[in-house]
Amino acid sequence: MMGDLLWILISAMLVNNFTLVLFLGLCAFLGVTSRIATALRLGLANLFVLVVTAASVSFLNHFVLESAPYLRLIAFIVVIASLVQMVEMAIKKLSPTLFRELGIYLPLITTNCAILGLAIFQTNRAYTFVQGQVFALGAGLGLMLALTLMASIREKLDFADVPAVARGAALTLIVAGSLSLAFMGFAGLMSGS
Amino acid sequence: MHDHLQSVPAPAAAAAAAATGPTAGAELLKGLWRENPVLVQLLGLCPTLAVTNSVANALAMGVATLFVLVGSSLLISSMRRLIPTEVRISSYVLIIATFVTMADMALEALVPDIHKALGAFIALIVVNCIILGRQEAFASKNGVGRSVLDAVGMGAGFTVTLLAMGAVREVLGSGTFLGVSVFGPRFEPWVIMVLPPGGFLTLGGILLGLAWWRERRRPVAQPGPAAAVVVPTTRPAEPAREPAEVA
Repeated sequence: MMGDLLWILISAMLVNNFTLVLFLGLCAFLGVTSRIATALRLGLANLFVLVVTAASVSFLNHFVLESAPYLRLIAFIVVIASLVQMVEMAIKKLSPTLFRELGIYLPLITTNCAILGLAIFQTNRAYTFVQGQVFALGAGLGLMLALTLMASIREKLDFADVPAVARGAALTLIVAGSLSLAFMGFAGLMSGS
Repeated sequence: MHDHLQSVPAPAAAAAAAATGPTAGAELLKGLWRENPVLVQLLGLCPTLAVTNSVANALAMGVATLFVLVGSSLLISSMRRLIPTEVRISSYVLIIATFVTMADMALEALVPDIHKALGAFIALIVVNCIILGRQEAFASKNGVGRSVLDAVGMGAGFTVTLLAMGAVREVLGSGTFLGVSVFGPRFEPWVIMVLPPGGFLTLGGILLGLAWWRERRRPVAQPGPAAAVVVPTTRPAEPAREPAEVA
């Protein structure tokens, strides 16, 4: 049982990293990763939303959507939108600096595919409540890891001698490609267990 | 309050229509190239990278997104004066989610194999920034006709970009195009192209090519003979390259 949970955690965090392997949450990944501190905080906000979403989704699945599966998508998106709204209000109140730093990317957590993706994966794989929480934790940590790695590379890249034509999105994508390549290495963990 | 909402957008929309003039065609075409949602605006990257490991998947994804985009633009632009500003985003998301549910069910019934291959990404059309972006930036401010044209153009631009990505990745990664072998049996496929890193690298390469092409084109406009010597040699190759990359 414990090993199973650990496996879900590692799998969501490294082997099937949401950003670098499953391509979820790329807008934030490419948009907010110019500074490590900001990336880390956005990662934390995402982690929090992911865990709360996973909890609400497992309640929804259990009590409401059993009888009306066709409402799944609509119900998920409404729950996520209201959660993000609440997180936004909380951050605005608690830390106005962070609120300004994250800017448009905070409300955009709603349209961050990672959150809805998590809800859908969790439903498709029929995770229990505890498994869902562990899955969300792993996914969130993986997201934070990817954001932080990317931000640290980009901070260094600012001082590198890159041809003007390659600066911007193209370079970021190619760096992301190399990171993703590195993460493919974790696929080897899969066969062991 | 309601009067207010109704009276303001009408002149604004009329003014916008007058300012951009009669070019309904331009409204349609801008999404294909000049304001291409993926290549220029960098929106909707998740599906662009995730489902383009084969041409068939890319096509299904593009068409599904086009359908959702046109449907929600049609509905939202016709209801734009009824939706209160404060809750507009949630209303848009609900309308979009409804169309996505329809597309999801239709694909499941019509092409079950592709539906399975696309997996969660069909449902994730809901959170495709292109769709919400067009509603917020265009359909909520313009009439039904123009909004539908805009949606068709943007959807087509998205589909074409996905197809370009899918073609590059499938041809190099599996040596096939739509399942038909291109290079013959002796070709060693570049497996990395169909794996996740290939998505990042292909899009990075395409963006790099575009930036390079723009850079090459710019000096032609202003400076004189020095550049003119270099440019004509490269120029003829470029126009041929551009459609090849897009189509």
